Amino acid sequence: MQYSYYPGCSLEATGVEYNLSTRAVAGALGVELVELPGWTCCGSSSAHAVNKDLALGLAAHNIALAQEQGRDLVVPCSACYTCLSKADHQMRHDPGERARGEMLAGFSYTGEIQIYSFLEVVRVQVGMERVAQTVRRPLTGLKLACYYGCLLVRPPEVRPFDRAEDPTSLDELAAALGAEPVSWCYKTTCCGAGLSLTRPEVVEQLVARLLSAAREAGADALVSACPLCQNNLEMRRPAQEDIPVFYFTELMGLAFGLGEAPGWLKKHLVDPFPLLQRFSLVG
Amino acid sequence: MATATLHLPAGAITVDAAFREEVARLSGQPLELCFQCQKCASGCYPTQEGDYTPNEIMRLVQYGARDAVLGSRTIWLCTSCETCGLRCPNGIRIAEVMDTLKQMAAARGIAPAGETGPLFHNLFLSEIRAAGRVHETMLMLKYKLKTGNLFADMKLGWQLFRRGKLPLVPRLKKDPAVRRIFERAGGQE
Ligand code: SF4
Ligand code: SF4
Repeated sequence: MQYSYYPGCSLEATGVEYNLSTRAVAGALGVELVELPGWTCCGSSSAHAVNKDLALGLAAHNIALAQEQGRDLVVPCSACYTCLSKADHQMRHDPGERARGEMLAGFSYTGEIQIYSFLEVVRVQVGMERVAQTVRRPLTGLKLACYYGCLLVRPPEVRPFDRAEDPTSLDELAAALGAEPVSWCYKTTCCGAGLSLTRPEVVEQLVARLLSAAREAGADALVSACPLCQNNLEMRRPAQEDIPVFYFTELMGLAFGLGEAPGWLKKHLVDPFPLLQRFSLVG
Repeated sequence: MATATLHLPAGAITVDAAFREEVARLSGQPLELCFQCQKCASGCYPTQEGDYTPNEIMRLVQYGARDAVLGSRTIWLCTSCETCGLRCPNGIRIAEVMDTLKQMAAARGIAPAGETGPLFHNLFLSEIRAAGRVHETMLMLKYKLKTGNLFADMKLGWQLFRRGKLPLVPRLKKDPAVRRIFERAGGQE
């Protein structure tokens, strides 16, 4: 399986361990990720708020680059995935939007390539059976609150790979890795996303609620699929709260027994090692 | 287009049908279908700190309360999380409406006192325009400098930096294609 890979700006900075773990885990599953040459910012949380044409144009430009490569595009960041897959959906289903995107990005849209989140590739293309077969060190006993965040599975017509209100793919993945997904109601409740800089006090309230709900549900840790969520859940938490937040790809790396995994986990602001030692998963 | 004054408990507002039609056209949403069931508001956490709930915004748009809506805090608190649109029984994508309102307010330079959302978005976009990608370290610094709030989050910044999460030298790509998109999109410096 070969894909073009769109890391996005955050995965080169605050989400660097998501980038490293995604690449490593893909390799272990026989999924080849080729970084999209010349990729540029998709506009992320800002373009759609200020200028509709920029939002479509910046995303369409990257779709044009992916089209040139002739490979489906894999996007790990939920925010980038939203921008790119929404623009693709608009151009695919609305001739007016297609013409607008083509004009803005200066290309001709063929619709030949598809855009996937990495979680979607794991669930749909690789399959949980294959994941379970790759596990060398099952995460036995680890109770996980799977946090999808708001964007990964919405809007539903753009994200048909999982349910929009009560998604299950991360839970299935946790189970395939030998861990125990807990049942909780905040799977897709927004963490405050890009308000982190402009309205940190709002994000703090949302994050405190999420973390205490995860604890109440009996979770030892949370699992995230988005660099914005992961960073908010670590940076904007109450001072006394120490529940770790993993990227799902990091947990896959740990369960696959990849030697690089501890290196990613050292980048976290909230130290996950005491928990992992308690479950004999590191060291 | 006819305008009139409507006296609500919150004060007098000018009814302006042209505004309602403009929002409907730009957002592509069937605003007239909203019957105030409040499902959108019940799942909306981010805007709880705002001045209106999402259903109130919808009603104010129906009234054509241009100034109240474009000057509200709520629109800048909306994170486009899409919870509201998913649950609206009338299929109204409130997030699209919120985006349209933000775009309209930004184009007119309207923002409530102390609201730095538009500033953040402009800094974000000028990073893209200049370099093709967003350098998070630079963006955070510029935002802090502009808001005069340099010392909040200093400790956090240092922790991120130490873990190699705020690289000083970015892998940027000056890209004429991106510049051209900004030119074609217009309205964005
Ligand atoms: S959910 Fe839809 S119909 Fe109900 S109040 Fe909100 S916008 Fe109106
Ligand atoms: S999209 Fe905006 S208005 Fe709708 S629930 Fe999310 S934050 Fe609230």
